[in-house]
Amino acid sequence: MTDQIEWVALSIFIFFFLLVTVMGFVAARWKAGPVNEHLDEWGLGGRQFGTWITWFLVGGDFYTAYTVIAVPALVYAVGAYGFFALPYTIIVYPFVFAVMPLLWKVAHRAGYVTAADVVHGTYGSRALELAVALTGIVATMPYIALQLVGMGTVIKAMGLSGELPIVAAFIILALYTYSSGLRAPALIAFVKDIMIYIVVLVAVVIVPAKLGGYAAVFAAAGDAFAAKGGATGLILKPEQMLPYATLALGSAFAAFMYPHTLTGVFAARSADTIRKNAILLPAYTLLLGLIALLGYMGHAARITVATPNDVVPMLFKTLFPSWFAGFSFSAIAIGALVPAAVMSIGAANLFTRNVWKSYVIPRHQPCR
Amino acid sequence: MWMLLLLPFVGLLWVPFYNFLEPALFGFPFFYWYQLAWVPISSLLIWLVYRSQPHDEAR
Repeated sequence: MTDQIEWVALSIFIFFFLLVTVMGFVAARWKAGPVNEHLDEWGLGGRQFGTWITWFLVGGDFYTAYTVIAVPALVYAVGAYGFFALPYTIIVYPFVFAVMPLLWKVAHRAGYVTAADVVHGTYGSRALELAVALTGIVATMPYIALQLVGMGTVIKAMGLSGELPIVAAFIILALYTYSSGLRAPALIAFVKDIMIYIVVLVAVVIVPAKLGGYAAVFAAAGDAFAAKGGATGLILKPEQMLPYATLALGSAFAAFMYPHTLTGVFAARSADTIRKNAILLPAYTLLLGLIALLGYMGHAARITVATPNDVVPMLFKTLFPSWFAGFSFSAIAIGALVPAAVMSIGAANLFTRNVWKSYVIPRHQPCR
Repeated sequence: MWMLLLLPFVGLLWVPFYNFLEPALFGFPFFYWYQLAWVPISSLLIWLVYRSQPHDEAR
């Protein structure tokens, strides 16, 4: 990748970053409740999010910047195997529909904020609660780090090097998350998701048109894998089929056990909100399937990259005018902020309620 | 009705059923459009189950 700074793209990027920063701080006053001291308010936005806000919030923190960068990167590198994300994010919703409303009801009735609360309340075991809390925190850390990777990739594509821009972005993120809680990512998710939808819909129409249609895109990818050899290809090798299925199934069962996804579920207004979302959220899965194809478009556009993660930024830089590339990079970067904020909140909820409150200051009464 | 929710699992986790290039649709090999087709189908199935449930516990 070139190290030249892309000024047009960078200006657009900075504009959108400032926009969401302002939104992040203003969000504190959005639908503010009467009990601002309670963790329900900070950590769950007051448990009042209806169908559409939940759709944007869960969609925004489940389909992350890393999805846009890494799924096409894997598809670019290995082909069909990288598509496991598609069956994974389809079969997750029947599961969500059947299970999550029940979990929400339990949490709502007893005022639980985290999965560890539910476990402690149901089984009365502090040890089990701690195990769930620590697993959640440990599992979320690398997930947050992946968001940094996603954001770093687009910042690098605009010609900025070094860690400083990412550090600055995440300090700002931490500040407004601290002041606004879950309301900040919920509000920013609207901007993020609309931007990502625009980028992907434009990309899946314009890019194949420039490259000679989808048949040509698949053919180019097929040729590239034939030349590359190994466990790559447009369809799975026989020995890849079982791993493909089990990876999809395991990921689907785990997906809504993560603190950030569960936070989105508990913040819903009603069990019915969650059921409706199980019907509506697959719209994002369709988007994911199309995003994955960007990896093949990289082959069709004859893009060569140092690491597969650069394939999407490089594709956008090569095929789009720089203002739209800047818009796309902003969408991806904001796509990193929303999940990073929700993940931090989810992990913070676990830490304060199930580790700190339970062990360090057990007699601390207010639910903070 | 709840059994409908198992169909996406069957349709997508039994990989030998769809691990083919042909027949292609709009330039998409079978492997790809088959899996993409399950997205709206799954939504529809969940909606059917949702609709069949009594709405007394709607909250």
